[in-house]
Amino acid sequence: MRFMVMVKATKESEAGEMPSEQLLTEMMKYNEELVKAGVMLAGEGLHPSSKGVRVRFNGKDRKVIDGPFTETKELVAGFWIMQVRSKAEVIEWVRRCPNPMQGESEIEIRQVFESEDFGEAMTPELKAQEERLRKETQKKQ
Amino acid sequence: MTTSEVQRAIEAVWRLEAPKVIAGLTRMVRDLSLAEDLAHDALVAALEQWPADGIPRNPGAWLMAAGKHRAIDQLRRRARLRRKHEELARELDGGPVSGAADLDAAMDDDIGDDLLRLIFTACHPVLPTEARVALTLRLLGGLTTEEIARAFLTPEPTIAQRIVRAKRTLAKANVPYEVPRGEEREVRLGSVLDVIYLVFNEGYSATSGEDWVRPSLCDEALRLGRVLAGMVPEEPEVHGLVALMELQSSRLRARVGPNGEAVRLLDQNRARWDRLLIGRGLAALERAERLASEAGPYQIQAAIAACHARATVPGDTDWTRIADLYARLVVVTRSPIVRLNHAVAVGMAKSPGAGLALVDALIAEGELDTYHYAPSVRGDLLEKLGRTAEARVEFERAARLTRNARERDLLNARAQACGPSSR
Repeated sequence: MRFMVMVKATKESEAGEMPSEQLLTEMMKYNEELVKAGVMLAGEGLHPSSKGVRVRFNGKDRKVIDGPFTETKELVAGFWIMQVRSKAEVIEWVRRCPNPMQGESEIEIRQVFESEDFGEAMTPELKAQEERLRKETQKKQ
Repeated sequence: MTTSEVQRAIEAVWRLEAPKVIAGLTRMVRDLSLAEDLAHDALVAALEQWPADGIPRNPGAWLMAAGKHRAIDQLRRRARLRRKHEELARELDGGPVSGAADLDAAMDDDIGDDLLRLIFTACHPVLPTEARVALTLRLLGGLTTEEIARAFLTPEPTIAQRIVRAKRTLAKANVPYEVPRGEEREVRLGSVLDVIYLVFNEGYSATSGEDWVRPSLCDEALRLGRVLAGMVPEEPEVHGLVALMELQSSRLRARVGPNGEAVRLLDQNRARWDRLLIGRGLAALERAERLASEAGPYQIQAAIAACHARATVPGDTDWTRIADLYARLVVVTRSPIVRLNHAVAVGMAKSPGAGLALVDALIAEGELDTYHYAPSVRGDLLEKLGRTAEARVEFERAARLTRNARERDLLNARAQACGPSSR
């Protein structure tokens, strides 16, 4: 199973402060461990939200809103995609992560949907629809 | 944390750390069974202490230290016993046997090397293939006997016995616990790669049973492959194998239809292919190509898989390149199955008739008599040539030969689609 592991933003990260050399070294070592264990599929750091944009949807309307955004603690400053065998395993990996920020910070773990997760929600109608879609794409090819 | 959360956490730590602990302990005591027992003792100690004291900051080191202490106790006992024997035989010459200081030094070596020793040992050629697979999943995958049994649809006692017998064979053959060097290394690495790919394939196209794919086995094989690539990054074929597995895994979701049925490559909805894995696969293939002076079989297969991955619609597939790659693979592997795939590619690149001629030549050699894929390929080519009655017979034969229920459904459906049989 896969998880998206998100580092939450802080006042400092939103202000564009770069991590210390020591933290960078520790993070690099941690990432190496993740890669060596075959756990890390992807991982990136994100620019502060001042460089970000939101597109707000309302019915057919689309509105583009420029950053920065205020709710700092809810913003994402970086992420990994990790592949592990259980939720407990991803928790254990995240526990081993160096504190990604100075002082208090938070990492959020969210499971990525796999097709089998849809299970019961995949009604016969939806299945039939997907089947139709599949046949149509085949015809087009 | 609640007790059950701690239990789950310990289990997770165990899965992550057990291979390293067993690998390190095996080097100390030179006995796989004993090392496994000692590691298990360390787990029991953790289960006793961690719920009360909390999970240590470095749980891997804690488990290793606990296992090591037990190993030292064992070795001391053995040494005492040996000294007794020696006294009896009046052969008291050397000093005390293996002091604790030596053991400390031994344990502080690179753990990565220990893991590598362990995987080379588990995949040792003195073992039958099934035993290599079971032992690898048990020791390096941290899977329980029950999980391995379930994955391979084999009774649990059979797997348990396979593992016991494998460990006994290794001990009896006095297999040295080391990473092979020189010429032997290539052969032994080949065995490791084959074991990992076998696990992958069992998940990718289950040879028997109700499910068409068992993704957890694919994930485990891919994980082992990635771990191996981290340990021997200089080996092109390891990257080749990883590339192949990443690329094939990228199609896992598209390979199964909404009702669990098998979906063939050219019928798959390519929008459902996993772009992340495709990117990783292509990057691994590039690494292999940079390192290799001559492409090995896994790298060639990965290159073929990459041809499919790069085509956004089936019509864009570079069949000429695929046919060339299969021709190279035939030279490297001499496998009749690869020759059959070559025929399929030629059937696409040139004409169904050209493909059929190759299949017929191959069948005439009698090498593929019980392999369901041969009549299925023949049926496909005949169908394309408009010889539907003959095609139907082939699909029916293929359906009788396959042991996978989902694949049988697909083949029967294709037979039906060919209209009535000429018989």
